[in-house]
Amino acid sequence: MSPELVNLIIQATGESLFMVGVAALLGTVFGLPIGVFLATSRKGELFAAPVVNAALGIVVNATRSTPFIILVVAIIPFTRLVAGTSIGSTAAIVPLTIASTPFIARLVEGAIREVDGGLIETASSFGASPIQIVFKVLIPEALPGLLLALTLAVVSLLGYSAMVGAVGGGGLGDLGIRYGYQRFMPEMMLAVVVVLIALVQLVQSAGDYLARRVNRRLRHR
Amino acid sequence: MVRFDCISKTYPAYRGKPGVNALRDIDFAIARGSITGVIGRSGAGKSSLVRLINGLEKPTTGRVVVDGRDISAFAGRELRLAQRSIGMIFQHFNLLSSRTAADNVALPLEIAGWAKADIRARVAELLDLVGIADKHDRYPSELSGGQKQRVGIARALATRPSVLLSDEATSALDPQTTRAILDLLANINRELGVTIVLITHEMSVVRQLAKEVVVLDAGHVVESGHVADIFTHPKHPITQSFLAEAIGDSLPVSLASRIVPEPVAGGQAVIRVQVRGAGAGDTLVARMARELGLDVSLLAARIDEIGGRHVGSLVLGIPLGIPGGEGAASRTLTWLSQHQFSAERLGHVA
Repeated sequence: MSPELVNLIIQATGESLFMVGVAALLGTVFGLPIGVFLATSRKGELFAAPVVNAALGIVVNATRSTPFIILVVAIIPFTRLVAGTSIGSTAAIVPLTIASTPFIARLVEGAIREVDGGLIETASSFGASPIQIVFKVLIPEALPGLLLALTLAVVSLLGYSAMVGAVGGGGLGDLGIRYGYQRFMPEMMLAVVVVLIALVQLVQSAGDYLARRVNRRLRHR
Repeated sequence: MVRFDCISKTYPAYRGKPGVNALRDIDFAIARGSITGVIGRSGAGKSSLVRLINGLEKPTTGRVVVDGRDISAFAGRELRLAQRSIGMIFQHFNLLSSRTAADNVALPLEIAGWAKADIRARVAELLDLVGIADKHDRYPSELSGGQKQRVGIARALATRPSVLLSDEATSALDPQTTRAILDLLANINRELGVTIVLITHEMSVVRQLAKEVVVLDAGHVVESGHVADIFTHPKHPITQSFLAEAIGDSLPVSLASRIVPEPVAGGQAVIRVQVRGAGAGDTLVARMARELGLDVSLLAARIDEIGGRHVGSLVLGIPLGIPGGEGAASRTLTWLSQHQFSAERLGHVA
């Protein structure tokens, strides 16, 4: 493979990591509070607001059930509004964030719901406020689950990021389609797939390792 | 210290499940510095009752007054401040798995906004008090059940509460550990003067630790008073069944299988005598033998101490095959009732 092609791969990998990294970060910033709220706002729960909970659930489901490629195209005006352009890696962060937020929210909801309800009662019994319960009990206790959820989200985002190539988003997927498929360069396609596999392995291993590190539920040593 | 004023608690019907009257007409007081056991079968309303004391639940009607404050009227910040003076321990310990023993104990102090240095000192003091100073940096997954409950007790006492609530705190522990934890609670009551309210379905817990007892059945207080008084003269069937569990009222299997209703030639009448009160049973058999002139045999016996008084029963065999025959059994029963013993004829054995 020529040095130019190798450079292309390195550049595309950088774009993919940039898009996925920023989108995962923003998705977590938005998705974490939404997920915590979804997990604590049913009837009788910490922040009981059953109507808001149900409405938010519908929005989350609607966003999640929209195919990503359609979402990308459908929100182009919004993307242009936020990013100033609708093409390029920076612009691609907008649909990636919008797709990952509800996904992360649902995963966070699941992880938070795994926390033993007895712990909420315990914290309430010594006068913890709902906010204190979230930050001192729910999030620390759910941390292993949250890290695994985030890992899953990053892996999914890597897959999504391959699709934004279709609207000029750049990245590894774009490279694979344009060079590997349209210019019929199977070695390029192979290289892209190998890099993606390596990235997913890396992310998953790192996530598993971190989740294990913070999990104190199992006996150590 | 804690007063229940005409409390009732109803859970409304929800999603097709009918409403439940968990508690009704609850009206009693718990004295400062006492140890009160609330005993009842599952579903009797014990959990609801204890959760009214620290405001985790609200009564449907009535008031719960703790330390002169109507806790049932509190909400929000006011309630959270009041809750700091009421500690609680749980059957399943409810420790945070992500925190060490020390950090679990520190949690209520962090929530109360203590300074870091003060927290450190207080936590060390508490772990020492409950006898696990060496487990400071251990995670709950590295501790035994008894050690976990000690962390739970230290945590509950962190903010120096005046009341400690125990929700079946020993039900998940083995008998030996249970005894150690109950001893620890007794020490805490003695040394810190903390009022202890423990709910349990185990007579052994009430017997070992409580001075006062409240017997709860179907959301209603059926009996309450000093442990010794209640269990030497239990009135309600529930109380009697708890007592029977404690003192093992059932007959030995080999004896029970031999008992027949009709007299057996040359056999014995089987009579059970209830023993209640200090020293009541001490000389009973000897006196019976002497005054009735009968060779009374002891078939089974169990005498225990509850609240410092003897409680139990003797199962006696009265010989019928001797001159006097059938009369011996009725003479014995008459003699027993004259001497204020409650007794019954269970049947006959060969």
